[in-house]
Amino acid sequence: MIPFATSVPATAAYVVLPYVALAIGITGLIWRRRTDSFGWTARSTELLESRILRFASVIFHVGVLMAIGGHVLGILIPESWTEAVGISDDVYHLLAVAGGISAGIAVIVGFLALMYRRFTNPRVRVTTTDMDLVIFGLLAVGIATGMAATIFNIPDSVNYRESVAPYFRQIFIFQPDPSLMTGQGVATIFQVHVIAVWFLYAAWPFSRLIHAFTVPVTYPIRSPIVYRPRNPRAAAARAKRYGSGSPDYSPSIPAGPQPTGSTGGRSRAAQGE
Amino acid sequence: MKVRAQMGMVMNLDKCIGCHTCSVTCKNVWTNRRGTEYVWFNNVETKPGRGFPVDYEDQSKWNGGWELDRRGKLKLKAGGPLRKLANIFSNPDLPQLDDYYDPWTYDYDKLISSPSSEHQPVARPKSQVTGGDLDIQWGPNWEDDLAGSAEHAAFDPNFKKIQEEVKQGFEDTFMVYLPRICEHCINPSCVASCPSGAMYKREEDGIVLVDQDACRSWRFCVSGCPYKKVYFNWHTGKAEKCNFCFPRIEAGMPTVCSETCVGRLRHLGVVLIDTDRVEAAASVKDEQDLLEAQLDLMLDPDDPEVREQALRDGIPADWIDAASYSPVYAMAKKWKIALPLHPEYRTLPMVWYVPPLSPMESVGKALIRDGDDEDAANIFAAIDEMRIPMEYLASILSAGDVGPVRRSLERLTAMRRYMRDLNLGDEARPEIATDAGMEPHELEAMYRMVAIADYDDRYVIPKRHGEVSEGAFVEQGSCGIKFANGAPVPGLGEMTGVNAPDPYMGALAAARDGEAPETGALAVEEPDPDFDVRDLLSRHGGKPGTASAGGGDA
Repeated sequence: MIPFATSVPATAAYVVLPYVALAIGITGLIWRRRTDSFGWTARSTELLESRILRFASVIFHVGVLMAIGGHVLGILIPESWTEAVGISDDVYHLLAVAGGISAGIAVIVGFLALMYRRFTNPRVRVTTTDMDLVIFGLLAVGIATGMAATIFNIPDSVNYRESVAPYFRQIFIFQPDPSLMTGQGVATIFQVHVIAVWFLYAAWPFSRLIHAFTVPVTYPIRSPIVYRPRNPRAAAARAKRYGSGSPDYSPSIPAGPQPTGSTGGRSRAAQGE
Repeated sequence: MKVRAQMGMVMNLDKCIGCHTCSVTCKNVWTNRRGTEYVWFNNVETKPGRGFPVDYEDQSKWNGGWELDRRGKLKLKAGGPLRKLANIFSNPDLPQLDDYYDPWTYDYDKLISSPSSEHQPVARPKSQVTGGDLDIQWGPNWEDDLAGSAEHAAFDPNFKKIQEEVKQGFEDTFMVYLPRICEHCINPSCVASCPSGAMYKREEDGIVLVDQDACRSWRFCVSGCPYKKVYFNWHTGKAEKCNFCFPRIEAGMPTVCSETCVGRLRHLGVVLIDTDRVEAAASVKDEQDLLEAQLDLMLDPDDPEVREQALRDGIPADWIDAASYSPVYAMAKKWKIALPLHPEYRTLPMVWYVPPLSPMESVGKALIRDGDDEDAANIFAAIDEMRIPMEYLASILSAGDVGPVRRSLERLTAMRRYMRDLNLGDEARPEIATDAGMEPHELEAMYRMVAIADYDDRYVIPKRHGEVSEGAFVEQGSCGIKFANGAPVPGLGEMTGVNAPDPYMGALAAARDGEAPETGALAVEEPDPDFDVRDLLSRHGGKPGTASAGGGDA
């Protein structure tokens, strides 16, 4: 009998799926960046309803950020590193459970409130797309399994830092060992969580979640008033020719033609340049 | 000195009859789309009133515009970038749809399709957002001609600044029409509020635009604008605003609102601005000095030094000439009859207003009409008796300083007196001009501008230069808004109604399938394989993969 670790289902779930999901996710992200900058938005509905959003959105996003931080700490950073800085296993586990549960509660409360808002407020409901429904479903599964895994692991029965975490890091060096995921120590709930979230990553670029990739981190260092010439290239050429009037618009705006079919880009293409 | 050209507008409130033609033509051109039903790039308010959106002028509530911090440095009233990023999940200052209004249409089909019955069928109002029934509580221009003013007018934020008791008795009522568009400010707080840098001022003409491809739905521009003239398209999740009809302006044509104004009260022109001093001008300590500071930024286009620097800064010569003939420069700076809207917001707005004259409050003092006006002092005293309190106009147009309003009204009155002599064949009295601080020839030029108001005098709009910009040929026949769900399509041009399918998507799909709409005004462009933009926003059952050609500015 073939051990499950090298069986077809395990390979499919822990080797094929991650790479397919990452391939779809990353190429999808590039594709959308290049072709649909217009659709790249958070699609806020605050205009339509703000009372529930005021707390639910904040709680949800803060919880998500905490959860991401927790995953970085628990999955991306090797156990040996945290031990090297003097965090013992017990201390780590306490941190992980306390942080994980509070983040999970925040995410769940926020998510439920946002879902309630989305499906009971008629105005918000009409802005809901089919893709939104898909992504809400994937998020719900990811959140539920993540929370369940955290609660399940309160007694520290699964040392995922010696199984799930190394497996996850192996993916990025193209040597994933599925037996780490199918081993004795990994509870089913962890397996479900890991698998479910790959689907989320694959769907990510095609959904409203892409707004997470355009967090305006450069805003504080940008010049407050942005100037832009009608045609950045022509303006730069003119400045070069006449030695003055250099375009002093903010560098936060790429000077070249926008990759997404801005008027300037298309005109030049049409002129055969 | 760094010279830039800036488009501006002056509206002569003396001539506004509140017909809303500007609003309607603007709406038909720009915001007749799903997601923008509630949006009025141009609206006409009756003042006193709460305005659109409700109480937009009350910055203690909305935190729009700029203020000075304790050290006298200019900062956004709603807080700087870090504060904005901290509030990015929920903007505490964002108006709600109900602060504008829930847009509606009527269930007209009922009137035709109802079966015969004892009672007449009724067309019920339906929300254009949800399609559901609507109990209409508020609407665009709800306060037209002081409707409901007994209840609402007292909330007008402009009354807060007036010290003396406001007269609101029936016999004391007054009103002003106030048409509003985006101010295309020299120091726009919406641009500074945009975390993504999607909003920008165009170098060539100062028009403030939203890059639809860069907007990420953070919506701080909406709350950052003290005039609430950046709107949120709830369908696309992007900000949109008055774009000064830039496709028309680039072709040397006036904006749609100006072109269609039956009162011919809008003037368009270019002013040369010294951009090096913008921040200093917006940072003057006393609010009431902002008007002078802004006038000071406007450079004299006839000054050889300014012309030379303008050329050096890349402003085309015909633009500098246009600045010489600019009605905006003349009315704002030369004659000082036009005033900016709420300069105290420190945005240095570029849509200016000539305050309206109004009837004398008491007949006994109606000296102007009676011709018993030998004494200029009497005339100027009479201006104080006008029905619209000068303090009220001042709280709208000059940060509460009645001086500039009085000066403007004095000059308008002087112009009438002076020109009446000429028109009646009497001897001209140059002292009328000098009493108002002007030259007789200036009054005549002013008369030509505000009373005759020839098309060519009202609109001095230099065209854009193809040689320094991209060729416009390829854009011929296209419409200004090019993104998905762009614009109503002729032939399919029904206003978005209850549960209406998105007409633009349908038209594009039809064009794909070779069934172009019959009328050709909106030539649906050949799909460019390089710019196959998929619409990921199409709603339930919407056909993904319908392409539109490229992004656009709105």
